[in-house]
Formats: sequence, structure tokens, C-alpha cells
Amino acid sequence: MNWDVVIGLEVHAQLQTQSKLFSSAPNAAGETPNETASAVELGLPGTLPVLNREALRLALRFGAAIDAELARETVFARKNYFYPDLPKGYQISQLDAPIVGRGQLTVVMPDGTSRAIAITRAHLEEDAGKSIHDAYAGSTAIDLNRAGTPLLEIVSEPELHSAGEAVAYLRELHGLVRTLGICDGNMNEGSLRCDANVSLKPAGSSTLGTRTEIKNLNSFRFLERAITYEIARQQAVLEGGGQVVQETRLYDPDRDETRPMRSKEEAEDYRYFPDPDLLPLRLTEADHAEARATLPELPAAKRARYEETFGLSAGDARLLAADRATAAYFEAALAAGAPAKAAANWLTGEIAAYLNRESISLEAFPLAPEALAGLIARVEDGTLSSKLAKTVFERMLERGEAADLIIERDGLKQVSDTGALDALVQKVIAENPDQVAQYRAGKGKVLGFFVGQLMKASGGKANPQQLNSLLKAALGEPGEA
Amino acid sequence: MSPDTLKAMSAALAAGETTAVALTEQALAKAEAARDLNAFLHLNPENALAAARAADTRRKAGTATALTGIPLAVKDIFCSEGDPTTAASKMLANWRAPYDATAVARLKAAGAVLIGKLNLDEFAMGASGENSAFGPTLNPWDRTRVPGGSSSGSAAAVAASIVPGTLGTDTGGSIRQPAAFCGLTGLKPTYGRVSRWGMIAFASSLDQGGALAWTAEDVAELFSLIGGHDPKDSTSAQGTVADAATLLAEPVAGLTLGVPESFFEAVDGALQGPLADAKRQFQALGVRLKALELPFAGDAVPAYYVLAPAEASTNLSRYDGVRFGHRCENPADLNDLYRRSRGEGFGPEVKRRILTGTYALSVGYYDAYYRQAQRVRRCIFDSFTTAFQAVDALFLPTTPTTAFRLGEKRDDPIALYEEDRFTIPANLAGLPALSLPVGFSQGLPVGGQLLAPHFREGRILSLAHAFQQATDYHQQRPSEQGATP
Repeated sequence: MNWDVVIGLEVHAQLQTQSKLFSSAPNAAGETPNETASAVELGLPGTLPVLNREALRLALRFGAAIDAELARETVFARKNYFYPDLPKGYQISQLDAPIVGRGQLTVVMPDGTSRAIAITRAHLEEDAGKSIHDAYAGSTAIDLNRAGTPLLEIVSEPELHSAGEAVAYLRELHGLVRTLGICDGNMNEGSLRCDANVSLKPAGSSTLGTRTEIKNLNSFRFLERAITYEIARQQAVLEGGGQVVQETRLYDPDRDETRPMRSKEEAEDYRYFPDPDLLPLRLTEADHAEARATLPELPAAKRARYEETFGLSAGDARLLAADRATAAYFEAALAAGAPAKAAANWLTGEIAAYLNRESISLEAFPLAPEALAGLIARVEDGTLSSKLAKTVFERMLERGEAADLIIERDGLKQVSDTGALDALVQKVIAENPDQVAQYRAGKGKVLGFFVGQLMKASGGKANPQQLNSLLKAALGEPGEA
Repeated sequence: MSPDTLKAMSAALAAGETTAVALTEQALAKAEAARDLNAFLHLNPENALAAARAADTRRKAGTATALTGIPLAVKDIFCSEGDPTTAASKMLANWRAPYDATAVARLKAAGAVLIGKLNLDEFAMGASGENSAFGPTLNPWDRTRVPGGSSSGSAAAVAASIVPGTLGTDTGGSIRQPAAFCGLTGLKPTYGRVSRWGMIAFASSLDQGGALAWTAEDVAELFSLIGGHDPKDSTSAQGTVADAATLLAEPVAGLTLGVPESFFEAVDGALQGPLADAKRQFQALGVRLKALELPFAGDAVPAYYVLAPAEASTNLSRYDGVRFGHRCENPADLNDLYRRSRGEGFGPEVKRRILTGTYALSVGYYDAYYRQAQRVRRCIFDSFTTAFQAVDALFLPTTPTTAFRLGEKRDDPIALYEEDRFTIPANLAGLPALSLPVGFSQGLPVGGQLLAPHFREGRILSLAHAFQQATDYHQQRPSEQGATP
């Protein structure tokens, strides 16, 4: 039997504000537990929440970026449940009247086509603290540093149809929040995390199947594997004549499987109601206009511009436009005179490999875009071969010096002087009569031997194209003699 | 008799006839002598005398305010830095607040001397003072009777002339009803006037801090100081409150006072005479009376007893034994920790309201209870709006009876809830309301209530002040023994 897969994602993005959502305590991880939890985060008697206006602005910016309906009146609600890392016994969230209404996000799918995915809503809520179960024998420790961190919960329509599409959607969203500067997107630190709702229905059926919700996926890979596992599991259940149980599941990366967490029957009644400590918030047309006016160029528009203006491939354009830092670096290198294609190659090649190797972000990359442009300029004018350029690149990173200084001091200039090269060619031919004989007897491959000898003799600095033509002129075509 | 009003003490201080230290020592001595009232949960002589000395120094420096050096006390639901703040609950028996409530901070900044924390019904839930985990407060007019609640200690401490003024909170009548039972003037300001920061929450959309004292003048002085915008409370109203003199200076002659007759018909016979006299007294002051009705007023009690418990049920979720407050011994697991900590820490009335409120917010009941009660609230709000198009203020009874006997209604929560039927409408509509003494019945004070449109506290304070210029009910004091005549 053929099945249609139906997936919707709920993404929680921690907003990059100075202070917490409802207090002036710093919105920072903190070095020691409970360091950044103020009386408000601790839920002490008599404390009251005051909304952080910056969080509101960031949420509106997101709404403007997905072309969503922005609220004229937005309401905060209490979501009531008991848990030790939820200090007040309720989370301040939104139910009716979320800050951001229906919008859409254009996603480049795994097959290369673009498709608009509807976003149902996005709302503001406070994060909970953390329970630490393994630090003290027989006890659970509570760290409330994360409590009160502003979250934007972004809910998609169930319009994704494979694990790959879900990952593509999340990548697009990840790039968007980073471009907007509202979330740092560090998934392994939990700044961006994702719940996936997955269901199967017979191919072509218009009735949705029973869904399960996989909680707290914190990497693209886990999202892909959890969904892949869950699709197979549900398919096996259905084809075995069973029924999928509506439940919340957790993905275990060690065993690469999802396991039930709680079923709908055990699901809590959150007793949502409007928070009487926070009055309904009215937003003006000016608030909306400000959000739209502060939008940077969005990843989709940037991709199109990179492809059209610079003739980049779709793949390069996607990589470079994915986040604000990469795009800014790329454009700064261009402004410093680097040709687009060369700059793109360096960013997606050597630089990406270096960042990966060092496990750092582009923000922490030691070479300024102008320095990269300086290196590229020496390739463009023939001073450096691509091989030499890589050597200079390594030394720039080691010493923090400009390309020109390293070329000069280390004598890494490509030798393009015909006279000097020709002398070398004559010398190598004279020293290797056997190979000359083989070549002339028709063994064309021996040319490679001569190129190797010559590069060695020049210390790797010989201009390879020039070398080839000089060799061919001296030796003639193979097998002619 | 030594002066026991704020105005008289302030004048004596200004004239150099007494000192803050002398007044504070006197207040502490009276509090000790009246321990049987159980008005105070906590006295802080050391800090009080230090504050008194600082007040005397400030007076010499010429920067004294009307409140500098005046001994006062606050209901133990206001946080005060370093002091126990218990809300009269076993749950918070050992909790000390690390900060001042905004109202407390403003009193301290003005140089007032806070001598201690006052008893109340646990978490302000009650109308008799009997729901305190630390024992009931007695009524100084008759020690066999309740002082009213939930601001029981706030009323008793003034009625016993221990301090000239106190702060209370009023969610459904908790300032006005005790003021009425104890022969005092008590103001519940407009919702949002007095910051709720540092005031332990019962029902956030209804809670409002205010003051009790013998006279409207003294209440105005306290309200003027504690009222006004506070950025720490998102529901705090913008703007400042006028000074006391301005609040009291509104002309009353020519005002129209709405009188909903059905309220007066519903009170005990013993109160009818004083309330009728009060109406005539207002007329004598040049106030016109206009009969009217307030539709939906009869639905106020049931609506209130859905909304207030609903909010309370979630406001009180934070008392879970995890971070502060009472924690049970040797919990077996997390649920056991929750169950026993809350089971042991909360008293029966608090539990009743948490259960009622949890039920009202549950899936399947939300529309029938919570949402329906919100609709009723809106109707009551609208009926007041309509009324205030025809009249400048309203006059109502404060309570259906005079102070009842200790234990009389302890086993009948519904009867006790009905105690609030005249006071709850003002909370549901967020209106300012004031109770003032309008006479006595069998030696017990009778209270009358004035309501005004939002932010018009000055109008009802002025009406009460004019009334008190012409009457002496506010000058009566209980006998030292507080025996029934």
C-alpha cells in the first residue's frame, strides 16, 4: 500500500534580547546555576511580569518577514502545569490572539524546486528552567537560568511530506531567524529546537491519519532520522492492521528510535486562561510599519540576486545567503574587489573546511573579507597558482599577515618568466634522455613525469600552463620523431 | 486621651510636642498590651525604633512629610524587605521577603515607621479574619465578635488605637467590610491605582491595595502617598494621585448620589436606621439623592466566586514546596512532595478555592463557568457605566449585618460569601469604593459605602470628609475592655 506522509513542525526559537521576557534579568546562560534568575523568574510571592518590548519587536519582525497577519491586539495566557523547573506553576504563553498570524515561508525542497509552506501562527512565550537529574545522587537539581528566556513558537501547517522536506523547511527557517538577527540558531545549545507532528494516510486520501508528536529535536540530523524512523514505524503499525496511537514521543539518538512519552489519555489539561497580570496588548499600524521597515534583505531574495547578478549556481547562492554573517562576508569581499565566483569558491571551499575543522563560526574567522580579497587578487593577476594560493591562505591564518607580505617574504611568487622556465625545461630534458626517448616513441603519459620534475625543480612555483606549452614546444608531439 | 489619628499625630510632631520615638514606643506598648486581639503576626521593635530615630533626625533637617515619624502597620500580604511575610499561611510561615512592595517602599520613603505585620484571612481569603493559620483576630468593639476580613488585623489595630492607619487589600470587600465592622474609614481605590508589586496575589484582576484609618482625611493622606503609576506592575494605571488636600476639596453640594433601594432592603433591620439617617445627612450637605437600580448586581457573588478562585488556583500554584515555603518531610517522590507540601501548607478555605477555581478553568467547564462569569462581570461593569451617566456617585450599605460572633459562620462558607454581596460589585467593575462609619447598632459600628466612577477617589473622599465634618461617628472609640454593652 502507498502512503502519503503528512508533517507539521513546531519550532521554538530563543529570541536574542538583552533581558528576559518578563523581567530585567539578563537573557544569558549564566556561568553558575540560577545566576540569571531574578525574583520574577523564581516566581517569588508578590512578583509581577512586565513584557520586554524588544521581544515584541523581534516577534513582529519575524511576522513581517513571513508576510504574516500581525496582531492588532495580542493576549498572553497562562498555561498551567506543575513541574519543578516551571517556577510559577504556569508558563506565560499565548493561545488566542497570538502576536503573529498566518504567513508563509518559501522553501527550496530537496528536488531543487521551491514551494511556499504556510505558517499557521507564531506566538511569544517564556522558556522554562532545566531539571538536572544526574548531578546529585537521589536528587534532582533545578537551574532556572533559562527560565524566562523569550521564545517564539513558530507553528507550520502540515504541508511537508518527507523527512527531507521537513529538514529543508527547518533550514530555511534557521537561515531566516539568523538573517533577521532574532535568534542565534545554535541548535546544539537549544536556541532553536523543533517538535515534529507526523502522520500517514492512504495515498490520495483526504482524511488525515492519527498523528504522533516527536518532542525536542535539536539538530537537522536528528529531525531527519526521527521522522524517517517514525514514518517506518507508523507504516509497519498500519500495514500490520494496527492503529497509530495519538501520543507524544521522544527520539533517542543513541538507539535511533522514537519512544512514547505520554499518550493523549494522560495528556494534561493546561487550563489556559488570559493572564490577569498582563493586559491585552494593542499594537498600532506604526508598530507594524516599523517591523516591516526594519527588515533586512531576506534569504530568498538574496539567493535570487546572487544567482542573477553574480551568475552563481543555485547551490552556492543557497549556502552564501543562508545566514547574515556569510552573506555579509561575501558581500564585503566583493566590495573589496574580489570576483563573485572566486569569493564564493573560497567561502564554500577552503573557509568552510577551516571553520568546520576548527569548530568555529564565521563570526570568529580570523581573516577579514578584505584580506581574502587581497589573496584572490594575486590569483587573478597570475602571481599565485591555485595551489600556491592555498599555501598563502594557510600562512595568512597562521601569522595574521596580508597575502602580499607573505608572497614577498616567503618568495611564493609563481614563476612565469619564460626565459627562466625554458632553461629549466632544457635542463630536465638533458638530464632524462631515456624518458625523452620514451615520449618520442609515443608514450604521451611521460609528459606528466617531466611536469613533476619541473615543479619540483621550481619549488612548486612554476606557472603550470606556461610549463606545459614550453615542454610541448621542446619535445614536440609524442611519437612524431 | 492621646491623639490616635494620623492628622493629630502629624500636628503634634510638627509642633514639637512629641517625637517619632515617643509615638513608636507608645504604639509598640499598645500592641503588646492588646496581644489578645491577635491583630499583629509580627512586631519589629528594633527596626521600628531605628526608623523612628531616623524620622526625628529628618524632621530636624526640615525634610519631613506628613507621614514622617507616624507609626503605621501593613497587612502581612505586603512584602517588606527582611521581614517575615506570611499571608497568614503555614505555607509561608518561615518566608522572608527579599524586597519591599511598592506601597511599603513609598511609606518608608516618606519616613513612616512600620511597626509590624498585620493578621488576615489566609491569602486574603475570608470575610471574618478566622481563616488565619495563626488564629483569629478579635474585634476591639466586642472581643466575642469578628473584626471582618480579610484585612482583619488592619482594622483591629486602628480600632484599638495602636496605630492611626494601616494598609489592607480588597479583592471582594476585604478593606471595606472590616472598616465597617470596626467603625473605620476604608478606601479601595480604582483597580490599578495602587501597585500590586510585592502584594501577594489572591485574584490578580480584582486585588487592590488601600488604606484604613479613622477618618477620610487620614485615608486620603495614605492613599495619596501609595497610589500612582508603578512600572513594575503592568496593570498599574498611568498618572499620579493628587495630594490629600486636593482629594478632599471636591465640592459636594449639588452632587447627585445614586441610591439603589434594593440594596437597603436587603440589610438587617438593625442597620436600617443608621443608613436612613446617613442618607438624610447627605441631603443636609446639599447632596441630591436619586433612586436607581443596578441590574446584574445580584449575580455578582456567583460570578466573583468563579473568577476569584479561578485566578487564585493558578496564582497559588507556585507554592509547591520546591523553591520556598512549606515543604513536607521526606517526600517519597515528586507527586508526594506536591501533595503533602500543599496539603499541609494550605488551610481549608484556601484549598476550597483552589479546587473551585481549578474546576472552573478545566476543559469542558471553562465556557460554562469562567467565560460565563466574565460575561456577567462585563454586564455589571456596563450597569455601573449606565448608572454613572445619571449620578455622580453611589451610596450603598457596606455589609448586610454588623460584626457577627466568632465561629458564627465558620461552618457555612456560602453564608460567609454572602457577606460580600454589597462590596463585590465594585471589585468586578474596578471602581473606587469607600466605607465610612454612619452610626451604631447595639454598640456595634455600622458602615455605609460610597462608589464613584474610575479614578474619582477624590469625589468619595470629599463626600466622606464632608459627612465626617457634620457627624461624630468616626470619633467614637471602643471601651478599653471592648466588652459588649
